[in-house]
Amino acid sequence: MNVSSRRFANAVVLRVEGRLDQDTCVAFTTDLMKSVDTAAAEGGAVVLDLSGLEYISSAGLRCFMLASRQAKSQHAKIAVAALQPMVAEIFQISHFNLVFQVFPTVREALGAVSADAAAAFDKG
Amino acid sequence: MRVRFWGTRGSIPVALTAADVRDKLAQALVQASGKVFNSYEEAHAYASSELDFNLTHTFGGHTPCVEIEIPGEEYYACDLGSGARPFGVHILAKQARKPATINVFMSHVHWDHIMGFPLFGPAYVSGTKIRIHGCHEVLEHAFRKQHSAPCFPVEWEQLGASIEFVKLEAGKPFVINGMTVTPHLQLHGGDSYGYRFEHEGKVVVYTTDSEHKLEDRAEAEKFAAFFRDADLVIFDAMYALAEAISVKADWGHSSNIVGVELCQMAHAKHLVLFHHEPANNDATLEGLLKEARRFEELTRGDQALKVSAAYDGLEIDL
Repeated sequence: MNVSSRRFANAVVLRVEGRLDQDTCVAFTTDLMKSVDTAAAEGGAVVLDLSGLEYISSAGLRCFMLASRQAKSQHAKIAVAALQPMVAEIFQISHFNLVFQVFPTVREALGAVSADAAAAFDKG
Repeated sequence: MRVRFWGTRGSIPVALTAADVRDKLAQALVQASGKVFNSYEEAHAYASSELDFNLTHTFGGHTPCVEIEIPGEEYYACDLGSGARPFGVHILAKQARKPATINVFMSHVHWDHIMGFPLFGPAYVSGTKIRIHGCHEVLEHAFRKQHSAPCFPVEWEQLGASIEFVKLEAGKPFVINGMTVTPHLQLHGGDSYGYRFEHEGKVVVYTTDSEHKLEDRAEAEKFAAFFRDADLVIFDAMYALAEAISVKADWGHSSNIVGVELCQMAHAKHLVLFHHEPANNDATLEGLLKEARRFEELTRGDQALKVSAAYDGLEIDL
């Protein structure tokens, strides 16, 4: 699994590629929590770009739940975007679509969480 | 080997209300609008094949009691929730006044798992033998305490049956009448134990009131070994996954999704969702079943896993 991050104003976009399961969730959680800390420090947000995520298990979903809790406690925002059809279905099946804001694209997610970040994204 | 579900609900018994029955009936009438049925059989066939399960059935209301039937004279069951009352009626009818021998395996002694015993008919019949097996030190204490004032008017000593408590140890196989029973420690307030029943090549695993910590691979592998190649896994699927690992984390229960994942790891053949949340109505429970089945399809490896939801009265032959 690969994780890469980009900054757009006060938002961190974390792109996740590959499979997120019991084998990869511990390392991913560390990366994800750092991004939440960074976003929280600037009153911003984390957007998870899941366009490259092929599969997510319950252990992977738990990472998202931990991040959501931490973001909430630190007054940061978190959203997910660009889910592949299978991952989108797993989100629905596990009722994670009721916990997370889910957007079709990263741009739409940024627009919802931070106007500054969306503007920075548009500028490229 | 036959498995018969007498009680499938978690925490507390539930019953359909008059409004629930009326709503099911009204929805069925709307769906059948314009159709003509010339006999009860035609209407029955239509209801069985065309209408959703949640309109024609209910997942039921009794708390856990599951019978495991093998050839022979004795009875076997897991837990004595309120489902123990109809189980007792069944035994009395089948025995026709002949005293029975009943073997019970207790997951734990929380109230929903023992509440049926005061109304378990065979306990009042002289000559009946009841052996209650379990791993908890407090097993006998819990049953005796339930049968005492001011909670219940019949004292333990007034029961007609001969009742014996048999202490088991987690991980140590116990053989009874040719069936091997292996308890397995589970994560639940005050501990709970699952049981693996093996008889003549068939395997049933009863695993309720058991929370699974998803980040712990070693724990998952232990459970996969406990479930390994089981013909049937009766699994605590009280919540949807998001609920189980957020607001209801550490409540000692699991989800439909984790049930599918563990059974897939174990190459089990049939998963039965069990210990239904009392707040969920029949439509919600059917939704959780459909979601589990779809998740199994999406994540299937080289072996398909059958997924069902338990309801009071369900019988599964192995």
